[in-house]
Amino acid sequence: MGRILVIAEHDGASLNASTAKCMACATAIDNEGIDVAVLSADGAAICDQAAALSGVAKVLKVDHEIFASQLAATLAPQIVELASDYSHILGPSTTFGKDLMPRVAALLGVAQISDIMEVKSAYSFQRPIYAGNAIVTVDASPERKLVATVRTASYKAVSSDGSGTIEAVEAGASFPTHTRLVEIKASSGDRPDLQTAAKVISGGRALASEENFSLIYSLADKIGAGVGASRAAVDAGYVPNDMQVGQTGKIIAPDLYVAIGISGAIQHLTGIKDAGTIVAINKDPEAPIFEVADIGLVGDLFEIVPELEKQLG
Amino acid sequence: MQKILVCLKRVVDYNVRVRVKPDGTGVVTDGVKMSVNPFDEIALEEALRIKERGAANEVIVMSIGSAEAQQQLRTGLAMGADRAILVETDEAVEPLSAARAMLATIEREQPGMVILGKQAIDDDNSQTGQMLAALWGRPQATFASEVVLDGETATVTREVDAGLETIAVDLPAVITVDLRMNEPRYVKLPDIMKAKRKPLETVSFSDLNVENEHHLTTTHFAPPAQREKGVMVEDVGALIQALKDKGLV
Repeated sequence: MGRILVIAEHDGASLNASTAKCMACATAIDNEGIDVAVLSADGAAICDQAAALSGVAKVLKVDHEIFASQLAATLAPQIVELASDYSHILGPSTTFGKDLMPRVAALLGVAQISDIMEVKSAYSFQRPIYAGNAIVTVDASPERKLVATVRTASYKAVSSDGSGTIEAVEAGASFPTHTRLVEIKASSGDRPDLQTAAKVISGGRALASEENFSLIYSLADKIGAGVGASRAAVDAGYVPNDMQVGQTGKIIAPDLYVAIGISGAIQHLTGIKDAGTIVAINKDPEAPIFEVADIGLVGDLFEIVPELEKQLG
Repeated sequence: MQKILVCLKRVVDYNVRVRVKPDGTGVVTDGVKMSVNPFDEIALEEALRIKERGAANEVIVMSIGSAEAQQQLRTGLAMGADRAILVETDEAVEPLSAARAMLATIEREQPGMVILGKQAIDDDNSQTGQMLAALWGRPQATFASEVVLDGETATVTREVDAGLETIAVDLPAVITVDLRMNEPRYVKLPDIMKAKRKPLETVSFSDLNVENEHHLTTTHFAPPAQREKGVMVEDVGALIQALKDKGLV
């Protein structure tokens, strides 16, 4: 096999934690010859962070003003330009990577493997289907380039004690103008990022209103946790969509996950099954969430949550 | 715009608890209820609303799969699509080959927009729309929760990890839809009767001059690892103690 190229995810200023998790997957394929591509408007700081990731040989720094907007339509042709030296091209299974990588694969005329959760060999991988109800082993042909996304919740970020080199590469693709970024409305505040937080507290439909979600925020702030929600709570309009945890939202793997007033639909459980410890608080002792919880407490969340916050004092 | 093309996939109904066959060769699908992929149903609803607002003249539904996928196309016709195309094959179809078959259909039909779900709930790949946009050389607006049309441009709100992203795309374009875009309509009995008389054309991959290539081999199916059932605690004090014992608070 040849070398592995990891596509960096960033916000224009710093590297997203998903890249260090992709590196962990890349290292499981082959621990030599892993490069990272940083496509941005001005990538100096991001490239320094990428070069420090353990296992990175080389960072390809591709600066172009068009990459100030991270659009699949403009990123994909540039990645295709970079692809010739590589046998594997990996991106994260975040909305960034899910949008981008299939476009890369199709331009290269090859299939993609989505959501790698385990590497069996350089061309054999495990991935979930049917919302995680089945795990399949998928083999690819070494005759073709392999494009894949990495299920970030399945991997621990590599450390930042590496010493990769940084190589400037001229942007050489022809860029379409048919797609333009208008705006990004970020709804996150000062709380830890849901996808990388060590502790996450989520609320469900039982919170019953947007106002009542303040109970969850308050408890989360007490222990320095990120805040998530079930699909039911998002659909009911209690919280914004980017807080949704589950199959169609974010798939996360914190050390501690606390599910409050969440019954535990299969699509929610899919999003948390890699969590270290799951705590469930629910008034229904038959709620499916208790089937997967490490610690369960049956009761009224409106009494339990304030009491919990007080006793954590 | 003249036409909108909507792609519908026949999948195991989302209410079915999918089980792996004991011999690891697949999942149990015998006697299991099949439906239109829920995300594709939302895509069709959006296309119908665009047509009902007068911004499109015709909604075409297409599917790729076995002859049984006619059932899902009939559901689409009953919802309000004008006609249907089935690319019939009994073989498995990978997203790249599906995208190639869709592109060949686009070349015949020249739609102003293609709308489909952001992923199918069977393989969970989330690839086909993006691959189609790449092969077509047109914009993609994935994970969409809102589409606003203005002449030859669509302004699309996308549900991304950071929050909501808005992009403007020139038409024609591929849009893949997320859950919160709309609530699909219920199909009424008279519509089901009417749908039986709507045109449904069947073509093959070879009719489209597309080869149904297979690049990947699925060698084994396994049930997921189960988490061990944990302990129940009596009160908040016991919960905090349990968390302290694990060093989590």
